[in-house]
Amino acid sequence: MKIRKMAIVTTVCLFGFGLLLTPTMVFSENLKVGAVFSVTGRTSFLGDPEKKTAEMVAEQINNAGGINGKKLELIIYDTEGDATKTNLAVKKLITKDKVCAVIGPSLSGTSMAVVPLAEQYKTPLISAAASYKITWDEKKNKSRHWVFKTPQTDTMAVEAIYTHLKKRGINKIAIASITTGFGKSGHGELVRLASKYGITIVEDESYGPKDTDMTVQLTKIKGAAPGAIVNWSVGPTQVVILRNWKDLGMTEIPFYQSHGFGSRKNIKLAAGAAEGVFAPLGAVNVAELLPASHPQKAVTMGYMKNYTAKYNEPLSSFGGHAWDALHLVAKALKAVGCDRAGIRDYLENKTAGFVGQHGIFNFSTNDHIGLTFNEAFLMVVVKGDDWALAK
Amino acid sequence: MLRIRKLPIIIFALFIIVFPRVSRLIPAIQNYPDLMIFAGIYSLITIGLSLLMGYAGQISLGQAAFYGIGAYVSAILTATYGLNPWFCMVIGMIVAAIVAVLVGVPSLKLKGHYLAMATLAFGIIVFIIFNEEVEWTGGPDGMSGIPGLSLFGFAFDSVEKYYYLVWFFVFSVFVFTINVIQSRTGRALRAIHSSEAASSAMGINVSRFKVVVFVYSAILASLAGSLYAYYLNFINPSTFDLFFSIKLLIMIALGGMHDIWGAIIGAFLITFLSFEWLHFFEEFEVIVYGVILLLVIIFLPQGMVGIPKILKGLFNKKVSNG
Amino acid sequence: MPMEKITFANQLLQYLITGLTVGSTYAMVAIGFNIIYNVTEIINLAQGEFVMLGGLVMVFLHVAAGLPIVLAFPLTVIIVTLVGMLLDRLAIRPIRQPSVLTLIIATIAASIIIKGIAMFIWGKDPFDLPAFSGRHPIHFLGAVIQPQYFWIIGFLIVIVIFLTLFFEKTIIGKAMSACADNPGAASLVGINVKRMILLSFALSAAIGAVAGITITPISLMEYDRGAMLAIKGFGAVVLGGLGSFPGAILGGLILGTIESFGAGLIHSGYKDAFALIVLLGALFLRPSGLLGSIEVSKFKRF
Repeated sequence: MKIRKMAIVTTVCLFGFGLLLTPTMVFSENLKVGAVFSVTGRTSFLGDPEKKTAEMVAEQINNAGGINGKKLELIIYDTEGDATKTNLAVKKLITKDKVCAVIGPSLSGTSMAVVPLAEQYKTPLISAAASYKITWDEKKNKSRHWVFKTPQTDTMAVEAIYTHLKKRGINKIAIASITTGFGKSGHGELVRLASKYGITIVEDESYGPKDTDMTVQLTKIKGAAPGAIVNWSVGPTQVVILRNWKDLGMTEIPFYQSHGFGSRKNIKLAAGAAEGVFAPLGAVNVAELLPASHPQKAVTMGYMKNYTAKYNEPLSSFGGHAWDALHLVAKALKAVGCDRAGIRDYLENKTAGFVGQHGIFNFSTNDHIGLTFNEAFLMVVVKGDDWALAK
Repeated sequence: MLRIRKLPIIIFALFIIVFPRVSRLIPAIQNYPDLMIFAGIYSLITIGLSLLMGYAGQISLGQAAFYGIGAYVSAILTATYGLNPWFCMVIGMIVAAIVAVLVGVPSLKLKGHYLAMATLAFGIIVFIIFNEEVEWTGGPDGMSGIPGLSLFGFAFDSVEKYYYLVWFFVFSVFVFTINVIQSRTGRALRAIHSSEAASSAMGINVSRFKVVVFVYSAILASLAGSLYAYYLNFINPSTFDLFFSIKLLIMIALGGMHDIWGAIIGAFLITFLSFEWLHFFEEFEVIVYGVILLLVIIFLPQGMVGIPKILKGLFNKKVSNG
Repeated sequence: MPMEKITFANQLLQYLITGLTVGSTYAMVAIGFNIIYNVTEIINLAQGEFVMLGGLVMVFLHVAAGLPIVLAFPLTVIIVTLVGMLLDRLAIRPIRQPSVLTLIIATIAASIIIKGIAMFIWGKDPFDLPAFSGRHPIHFLGAVIQPQYFWIIGFLIVIVIFLTLFFEKTIIGKAMSACADNPGAASLVGINVKRMILLSFALSAAIGAVAGITITPISLMEYDRGAMLAIKGFGAVVLGGLGSFPGAILGGLILGTIESFGAGLIHSGYKDAFALIVLLGALFLRPSGLLGSIEVSKFKRF
């Protein structure tokens, strides 16, 4: 029937139209680096500052003459936090755009979706996500050859908190976590490491990312009378739970947030309920509080000044992961040029002591995370609507 | 709609077979076969949904759940227990069928908005389970290390090989479904769609037919889910959320609800819009979907498949007006 | 102030209070559903977006533009009402051959668009409103009550009284009820059915806005809160009986309470699932709801 044929012809024509919308490739001498971030979507608070930071860093490098005279071309695709899109985007970067290396993705989930691609296409990937499984192949019990990452792991954040609790003599805690990847990962580590630090978990609550009220969970926690509360979430819930904590009159129980709390915006939204709350934060968050002798003082102050000046918004802890990743790649490019295997080897062996936003990196054959917890995190407390270093 | 010609199917098959060769030569569309794999996977789901919604007239806003069940059953059985992937695919379809019966029997007694909300609630509950049962599903961080597919030593481990595999499935299902539509079953479905009371009076077991079609759509969605899991080697719950069920709805509405070709056309268009063409809208891609959906439902209720008919109608009017 | 020892009974009371407060919001959403349904037999799946807009527009007027609450509140309601009317005009009325399926799709499309525009204007961050009468908690039998809770329940009562009077005593209200019973007959006696439909959307949007404004001081508001609210609100509708106002209130309060107790006593990760399971249970076992009648549910035009 003609109608069916015409329908097919219509679709094929639309295909052709679609081709017109697809940008054509430009042949260039540039050094291409691919990036995938969750710029939009539910986790845009991660990907958006990461994208902005990456663009800022690329601009700074190019303004200073590029890498060995060549322009650094950053190709960024938005994953929207979706595993399928991330997978497609990374394949596109590697096969079609022919990038030298890939930085990102922003999420542990989407990172796991593209880790096999790094191996399959032999391209170095520096993830900006937290889970240690990204770089550690549990089945083979060794690091993934082509994959690195820059953020601290949840393990490190939990260890920072537990160390502080132990120092204060608190050994009975209640935990509350959000039912997203971030929350569940943190929850897993909190439970796993508790006995190592002599901590007993007396109450274990959870809530959804769209929940607007945690009085039920906190009421249960109140009933268990813990020595401290550790909350693992990111997004509005980490603020709402603080307000509930204050409203229920529970401020006598010390409250610890996760490293997801790292933004002054959260303190403001808490409307006074964040006073006295603890959190482990990377140096990038508290650049101004660092003593002048601190090894990360210079880079964190520089990043903060440049970012806030360029984008007119407070810096975000997560942008720092992109800063670290892109600078590492740039260093490798400068040394070995656009050689994927060469970049990988350089990252693994020659970047020891790299001073980044979230710590000082020391990659090695079996450590593609490169950080240890006591210098990756500082314990910070909210005092008078701002951060202060905790004792 | 009643008689579906073979020629368009053959032309389309040729197009599918030839396309990867062509795209290899044109740099701008080099990654298109990769996208077509997803178009094919989604087509499997929309074919089933088209039969359910367009021909049997039942609304389902929870197909993502069956897509997810296929994916997770396949993933868990292969990654954790090491069973053969093909076998697990079949198990996934069986599980999906059982769930479809359990949910379908009470739900399909409902009508209209009630049915829509029941399927919606079901879809969300399954999504929550995927998220919460971390020991089984890996929770929000998903499951990785899912093996790929291979047959007698031949591994489907490249984009092109998987492309042909997926489209083989799509064509098989497509031809089978067309046969169903043109059979007595198909006529019974259309009778049910126009009037349940009349069909029941004619001796058609209305509830049984509805459940059967629902189960069929669930099985197809499960097959799609397994193929997805074996391709990406990774799945996480957010792929199977409410918005995906709505996207499927948009595919059907855009392609054309009452015509099985609409399922494929809709899947194609939304795949390409979603993964390639709407990039510059970034965040606001979602608004575009909403606008497309609204425009289609107001101005083009028959979907893209209806365009030729409209053009023909306009042409005839011009001719008859002299 | 030293923290009181808390017993299991205290906890139960706290769950109840939380449940009733959350339930009041669901009740308001449910009432909005019922108004549109009663006049048009359409279930407006974009109902939750009115609540979201109520909260966010109020934030803009009161916090960003600095208008006092007494001014910002009615202005917000008016703006959201206009959005509701636009929804009817642009998404519902243009449909030439309305069927259940096309109307469901149309309201879904509308909710996606409204949400997208809200994201464009306000971004993804949550926003806060100051509580109407302060945040000093009231202690009652070992549980804690926020003053804002009374505002929420208070507005719910005001809305119910207003609507009852409106539909029973005013001419327009009676005209709207007539449309619900029999639009053909209604238009024969000179009632402008299309205008009544527009009015039902307007009223529904207004109530949704009130819900949003009153709930934001407690739980903040962000652009994508609408969907879950709509689904749960619909759950309240089915539980109470489609088309019944007292049913909407009863359904909302019961749903909120079940959700709260479920989260408290069983497992908080599955909190949303409880409301949905209740919805499914109601649909499967008693679709006419607790207060609806079998006859009414049979006369549906689906």
